[in-house]
Amino acid sequence: MSKNTVSARFRRVDVDEYDENKFVDEEDGGENQLGPDEAEVDSFIRQGNLIEALHAVLKNPPINTKNQNVKDRAEGLVLKVLSAFKSSDIEKAVQSLDKNGVDLLMKYIYKGFERPSENSSAVLLQWHEKALTAGGVGSIVRVLTARKTV
Amino acid sequence: MAYHSFLLEPISCHAWNKDRTQIALCPNNHEVHIYKKDGTKWTKIHELKEHNGQVTGIDWAPDSNRIVTCGADRNAYVWTLKEGSWKPTLVILRINRAARCVKWSPKENKFAVGSSSRLISICYFEQENDWVFSAYIKEVEEKPGPTPWGSKMPFGEVLFESGGTGGAAPSSSGGGGWVHSVCFSHSGNRLAWTSHDSTVSVAEGGKTGTVSSLSSETLPLLCVTFITENSLVAAGHDCYPMLYVYDGANASLTFGGKLDVPKQAASKDISARERFKNLDRRASETQSTDKDLNTLHKNSISQMSVLEGGRNQCTKFCTTGMDGGMGIWDVKSLESAMKNLKIV
Repeated sequence: MSKNTVSARFRRVDVDEYDENKFVDEEDGGENQLGPDEAEVDSFIRQGNLIEALHAVLKNPPINTKNQNVKDRAEGLVLKVLSAFKSSDIEKAVQSLDKNGVDLLMKYIYKGFERPSENSSAVLLQWHEKALTAGGVGSIVRVLTARKTV
Repeated sequence: MAYHSFLLEPISCHAWNKDRTQIALCPNNHEVHIYKKDGTKWTKIHELKEHNGQVTGIDWAPDSNRIVTCGADRNAYVWTLKEGSWKPTLVILRINRAARCVKWSPKENKFAVGSSSRLISICYFEQENDWVFSAYIKEVEEKPGPTPWGSKMPFGEVLFESGGTGGAAPSSSGGGGWVHSVCFSHSGNRLAWTSHDSTVSVAEGGKTGTVSSLSSETLPLLCVTFITENSLVAAGHDCYPMLYVYDGANASLTFGGKLDVPKQAASKDISARERFKNLDRRASETQSTDKDLNTLHKNSISQMSVLEGGRNQCTKFCTTGMDGGMGIWDVKSLESAMKNLKIV
C-alpha cells in the first residue's frame, strides 16, 4: 500500500459541526441549583449523624448548572461526608439510599476518581464496591451515558 | 430451548419466512444467507450477494414472500424468488449515510427504511413493473382511525415524545442513552423501548400519556418485544433474555425474572489432577468461576423475533446474537422451568 505522505489533518475535521440540521440540546436554566446545603451537612457531621449527612449531601445535585464552582463545591462536600464514614458503616449507609440515590452516589464517586487527592481514591473505592452491589453494573452504565453530570 | 450455532461471526440481523422453515441472516458481511430447516439441522440453501456494505436489516414479507434488505452501502434491495433463486431489485434511497433498519408494511406493498442520515424513506413497490420508487415521509392516503395516541393525528407530526428533558418527573433522571429498540404492543396502545442507559420504558397512549421506566442493574438491553399485552421480553449485552411485567393500572414496570436455562452446578469433588489442570488453564482451582457465562448465548443478544403466537400470545420467540448462534425459546417451558415466573 502506498504511504500517505499528504497531511492527515482532514481527519480531525468534525463534519457534523457544518451540518445545518444539527441537533442542539436544550439547555435547562440551572442557575437556581446551588448544590447541597453546606451548613446543613456540616451540622450533621458534627452531630455524628452520618447517614443523615449523606442524605443531605445528595440533595439538590448541581446537574443542570454550568457553573463549575458549584459543581466543585458539591463534589468536595460529598467527599468530606464519604471520608467521615467508618468502613464498616458504609454498607448500611448505601442500603439506606433509594435507586436514584445509588445512581447519584455513583456519579459523585466517578467524579471523585477524576481528580484524586491524597486519600480520596481509597475511600471512594470502598464506597464504589458497596454501591456496585446495590446498583449493579446498570448504575455504572448510567454514569457513562448521562448527559448531565454532577 | 433450542440453540443452534450457525457461525463464528456475529449474526447482524435475521428474518423468518412465514411458516418458520427458513431463516435469512447476515453473517456480519455483505451477504445474506438463507438456511432451511431439515429436521434438527439447518442447511444453507441460498446466498444473496448484492450489497457492497454490511447488511444491517432484513425483513421477510410473510404473504408475498419477498425479502427486503438494507445495508451500510446506503442501498436497499427487494428480492423475489424466481425459478428457485432470489433475484434482487435495487431501491434508490437517496440517503447519504448507512441504512440501519427496514420493515415491510402490514399490506406488504410498502416498506420503510431508517438510516443514519436521520431520514426514514418509504418505498412503494409496484408489482407489475417490478419497480420501486421511494420518497421521504410526506403524505399518506388513508388516515388511520383515532387511537389512544391522538385522534387528530396530522401526518408527520410527533404524537408523543419522551426522554431527554428533565421537566416531566423529578424522580426520573432524565434519560441519558440512545434508544436501541422499540416495539409496539399488539393492540398498538403501548410502546416499549430500551435505551443505552440500561433502562427499559413503556409508554401508554391516552390522555395521560404516562411513561414508566425501570432502571435495571444489568448492562444495556439491545432488543425488546411484547409477548403479551402486559409482558415484555428484552435481551442485550448480558446475553440472556429477561422478562418485564407492566402493570397498566399502576403504570409501573417491574422485573419479572431472568429467562435462561441454568447450567448444572459444578460437582464439588474435583480430583487433584483436575485442580492442577484448572490452575494451569484459568489460574483458579475450580471449574466454573463467576466470569463463566452459564447462559445459552455466549455473547450479546442483538435481535429478537416472535416466532409463534404474535405479540399478544407469544408461545415461541427467537434470539440471535454476536456469538453467531440462534436460540429458540418456548414460553410455556420457561414458565414451568422457572419458579415464580408468571407471564400475565
